[in-house]
Amino acid sequence: MDMSFSPEEEAFRAEVRSFIAENLPKNLAGKRRSEYTTREEYLAWHKILYKKGWIAPLWPTEYGGTSWNVTQRYIFNEECARAETPMVLPFGVAMVGPVIYTFANEEQKKKYLPRILSGEDWWCQGYSEPGAGSDLASLKTRAVREGDHYIVNGQKTWTTLAQFADWIFCLVRTDMGRDTASTKVQEGITFLLIDMKTPGITVKPIIVLDGAHEVNEVFFDNVKVPVENRVGEENKGWTYAKFLLVHERSGIAGVARSKKAVERLREIAASETVDGKPLMGTDEFSRKIAELQIDLSALEFTELRTLAAESKGQHAGPQSSILKIKGTEIQQRITELTVEAVGYYAYPDARGFGDNEYPVGPDYAVGQSGHYFNMRKASIYGGSNEIQRNIIAKAVLGL
Amino acid sequence: MDFSFTEEQTLLRNSVSKFLADNYKFEFFKKNSRTDPGWSPSVWKQFAELGLMAAPLPEEYGGLGGGAVDTMIVTEELGRSLVVEPYVQTVVVGGGFIGRGTEAQKAEWLPRIAAGEMVIAFAFAEPQGRFNYADLVTTAKKQGSNYVLNGQKAVVLGGPWADTLIVTARTAGGQRDAKGVSVFLVDKKSKGVVTRDYPTVDGLRASEVTFENVEVPAANLIGALDNGLELVELVTDTAIAAHASEAVGAMKVLLDATVEYSKTRKQFGVPIGKFQALQHRMVDMFMNYEQSASIALMVTLKLGEDTVERKKAASAAKVQIGKAGRFIGQNAVQIHGGMGMTDELNVGHYFKRLTMLDTLYGNVGHHLKRYAQLS
Repeated sequence: MDMSFSPEEEAFRAEVRSFIAENLPKNLAGKRRSEYTTREEYLAWHKILYKKGWIAPLWPTEYGGTSWNVTQRYIFNEECARAETPMVLPFGVAMVGPVIYTFANEEQKKKYLPRILSGEDWWCQGYSEPGAGSDLASLKTRAVREGDHYIVNGQKTWTTLAQFADWIFCLVRTDMGRDTASTKVQEGITFLLIDMKTPGITVKPIIVLDGAHEVNEVFFDNVKVPVENRVGEENKGWTYAKFLLVHERSGIAGVARSKKAVERLREIAASETVDGKPLMGTDEFSRKIAELQIDLSALEFTELRTLAAESKGQHAGPQSSILKIKGTEIQQRITELTVEAVGYYAYPDARGFGDNEYPVGPDYAVGQSGHYFNMRKASIYGGSNEIQRNIIAKAVLGL
Repeated sequence: MDFSFTEEQTLLRNSVSKFLADNYKFEFFKKNSRTDPGWSPSVWKQFAELGLMAAPLPEEYGGLGGGAVDTMIVTEELGRSLVVEPYVQTVVVGGGFIGRGTEAQKAEWLPRIAAGEMVIAFAFAEPQGRFNYADLVTTAKKQGSNYVLNGQKAVVLGGPWADTLIVTARTAGGQRDAKGVSVFLVDKKSKGVVTRDYPTVDGLRASEVTFENVEVPAANLIGALDNGLELVELVTDTAIAAHASEAVGAMKVLLDATVEYSKTRKQFGVPIGKFQALQHRMVDMFMNYEQSASIALMVTLKLGEDTVERKKAASAAKVQIGKAGRFIGQNAVQIHGGMGMTDELNVGHYFKRLTMLDTLYGNVGHHLKRYAQLS
């Protein structure tokens, strides 16, 4: 047992670091809280990684992955966080991609996988519905088979960045006999890939607490989807959806990004003053930060233990719910303490300033409270933290 | 990075765990700790025969050449069985100090620790000093070829069982000065060592130790004269790591016992584990346990890093494990209901051990401050 890095691993770190330094455009690094990453910006970084062959570290090499081991992935995440690169959005590369190479047929793999890697197709996730949140399997969007098509009717919601998407992967109900509260409710669900340009699809924005247009409602009105767009078997979609939820959750804890965010928070607290002395120097605030950092250190090792077990072929599965719960709790705590740190300059609404106008207050304060409000989503999405506790209670503790 | 155990380490874990399962059941713990002398010299001897004392010590002095990971494995198992025998005090603290002593000191004492022939207690705390190792009223004055010790040490864990004390004393400077702290190895039979022995709430025994003109050979000074404070911090950080995994072992027993109990105890016609309020509480206990296991591993692996990193890791472990121990202990009692309050059930005894481990070498508040100052 040893946590030092081998010379090969150090060399790998140096390679990643210099690649990022040479290739990450300045305007994409460490964006201010008030500036939302645009479609073009996400794609610019996606394409830089794609060209290098690093866009999909988790995929098997035969489909264009990197075959990196756990340590290399850890190093890569750390370096991206360190340089504050844009995120690679999970919907294509981390979510639907693995479902496709695991369950789809050869033709589908050939059609979709290369375009996910290259960024030509932007994917969004069609899971939640107005009546199906934590109880996802109660979803009502229907797909009725008519010849070689399905006719899809219904509504998805909270669809992240659907306004930019070319494709949506959708859970739809194909066995109507099972859309009641029966115990087999999961069995009538099918996994469909739907082209967002298909007639009958309407996307309507939902504005969230910080004023951002991040999520959407997506309406399906007699949308014709070819049967060849179905992944796997009809009525077996729940299996694929569940696979996606428990599949390889490295990075879900967001440890590397949180470490960087704590560094930023410490800088802010060092600049802010209380009675003429740095806020960071006060007992009260420095202990809050210490507690946060200690929590994060423990989580980092929980993640490393999970990754180490997975690299030996042990499936972490439901145990990884802890990474989601603790990871999001910590992310939220950071935003909360940041708002506390900036004091009065948490007040101004960052979106109230025009493009050519200087916001008030110190640069580091701009948009921090918006970010805090926005990040309340983290304990709700991806299976709320209460649902994650239900999962642990059932699958780990056997309750 | 590599998080796997060697074959030897797996064997070590299996042999400790089997020995304790066979010989150190809960009923044994109770009887052992409540009957004088409150520990079992025969278990101690068998620990030595199993190679537990030798495990982390260097090969040239009768050890098996393991390290902190081996200690972690042993103490986690000891924690699972509520072992009272002073393993950490003797092997980790005693071995830790002596292992940083002179060649002659190592050659004289380490083989005896490895063979189970020495029982060491660490006399560092003083009634006025709280968690500050440098706050020392006890003095040691050079007199010819001896040092003469005077003062009082508080709550010396395992004191009644020890044949040897490792004592911190002031050799220079003012009462709380960092400089002027020195460490001595003292034969407990020395003239002028007076002890008052008593049981502790978690089933151990401790002593208040008074030194009245106790003569200690100058050759028993461990480490540099007047500059012992950093050595004390280093060795206690190592002990913190060992007790961290002891606590993790105890937490796991409480977690498992609570989950199991909630599946069998029925109220309102259903097992209480079906109630979501209790399920989520137990999941929080589980997460506290996992985070503690992680940080115990972290501090173990960071003991060899530079001073600041090592100290931060030790303080982080104390904070995480102190909080988690409290949470898991309190909720284990709560979910066991009235049964959790009984002396008969093991749950309360683990709760008490975890509670007292928080105090040892500084509690959550102390280490949060230390961590913040180091950051």
